[in-house]
Amino acid sequence: MLTDEQIERYSRHIILKEVGGKGQQKLFDGRVLIIGAGGLGAPIALYLAAAGVGTIGIADADDVDLSNLQRQVIHFTPDVGKPKVESARQKMEAINPDVKVHTYKEWISAANINRIIADYDFIIDGTDNFAAKFLINDACVLAGKPYSHGGILQFDGQTITVKPKESACYRCIFPEPPPKDAIPTCSQAGVIGVLPGIIGTLQATEAIKYLLGIGDPLTNRLLTYSALRMKFREIPIKRNASCPVCGDNPTITEAVDELDAMTVCDLKEP
Amino acid sequence: MIITVNGKETTLPENPARTIDSLLEELNVSQRLYVTVEFNGDVLDRDAFTGTPVKEGDVIEFLYFMGGGH
Repeated sequence: MLTDEQIERYSRHIILKEVGGKGQQKLFDGRVLIIGAGGLGAPIALYLAAAGVGTIGIADADDVDLSNLQRQVIHFTPDVGKPKVESARQKMEAINPDVKVHTYKEWISAANINRIIADYDFIIDGTDNFAAKFLINDACVLAGKPYSHGGILQFDGQTITVKPKESACYRCIFPEPPPKDAIPTCSQAGVIGVLPGIIGTLQATEAIKYLLGIGDPLTNRLLTYSALRMKFREIPIKRNASCPVCGDNPTITEAVDELDAMTVCDLKEP
Repeated sequence: MIITVNGKETTLPENPARTIDSLLEELNVSQRLYVTVEFNGDVLDRDAFTGTPVKEGDVIEFLYFMGGGH
C-alpha cells in the first residue's frame, strides 16, 4: 500500500492512466540491475531511483575520476576518488529513500555475472567495453533475462532492447567482438557529455516500460542517434538464424569471457 | 544505379562488378574490417561480402560498433 507521502511523491505517475497506483506498485516491486556506474549508468540510476523502482543493483569496480565529471552526472566533484557505486548509491538514496540500492564493487566477468543478474527482472548495459557488452548479452540471453544494450562514441549512440529467444540479440547484429583496440574507446576518441544522458535515459525508459508492462519495447530495431545531425534512425533487425548465442545452432552455451576484446575504456592518461 | 545506404538514396556509377566488399571501399565506410552489413533486411555473413553483387534498388545498412558507455 502506498502511504500519503508516496501518493504525493509519485502523483505525476499515478495520474497517468497507463501507470496508476497499480503501476507504481509494479515499479516498487521491480528489480533492475545497472551494469556500469558511468555515463550511461548515471542518468539510468537517477531516473530509476526517482521513479520509485524498488530494488536497483549497480555494478562497477571503478573509482570516480576527475575526467568522469563532464558526463557522469551522478558523481560530484567531492566524490573524486570514491568508489563509483558508493557515490551513486548516496545520490540515489538522497533522491528517493524508498529505493533499496545493492552495490557490486566488482567488474563483471563470466565468473560472477550469472550470480549478479539472477536477482533482477531487467538488466541494463551501461558498460564501456566490448568484452562486457558481449558477456552481458550472452548471460542475459542464456538466463532468459530481458536487457537493454546501449553504446556511445563521440557524437553517436545506439540502443536496442533484447527479449531473449523472442527478439534479435546483440550478437544477431554483431556476431563477435572486434579485436582489442580495433575500435576507439571514449577515452581515446572522446564523447560529447550530453550523449550518455540521451541514450541512458532511453534505456531507463525501456526498463520502466518493461516493469509496467506497457507500450512497445525497442526490440527488433536498433535505434541510432547522431547528435551532430540531431537525427534518430531506427533500423529493423531480425533474429539471425546463424547467431552464435540465440540462433538455430548456438556455439555459445555458457557465459564466457571474450578475452580478445578485454580492454579498459577509461584508462587515465598518464 | 540507385541504392539506399543508411536510409539515404545514393546514386552510384554503373559498375556490374560491384560487390558489398568493393562498395565498402568505394564509399570509404569506417570500421571497414568490422562493420556489420545489413543487406535487404538480413545481416550478411562477412564471408559473403566479396561474393554478393550490389544491384539497383538494394537497401544497405552499415551498423557500427559503439563500445562506449562510461
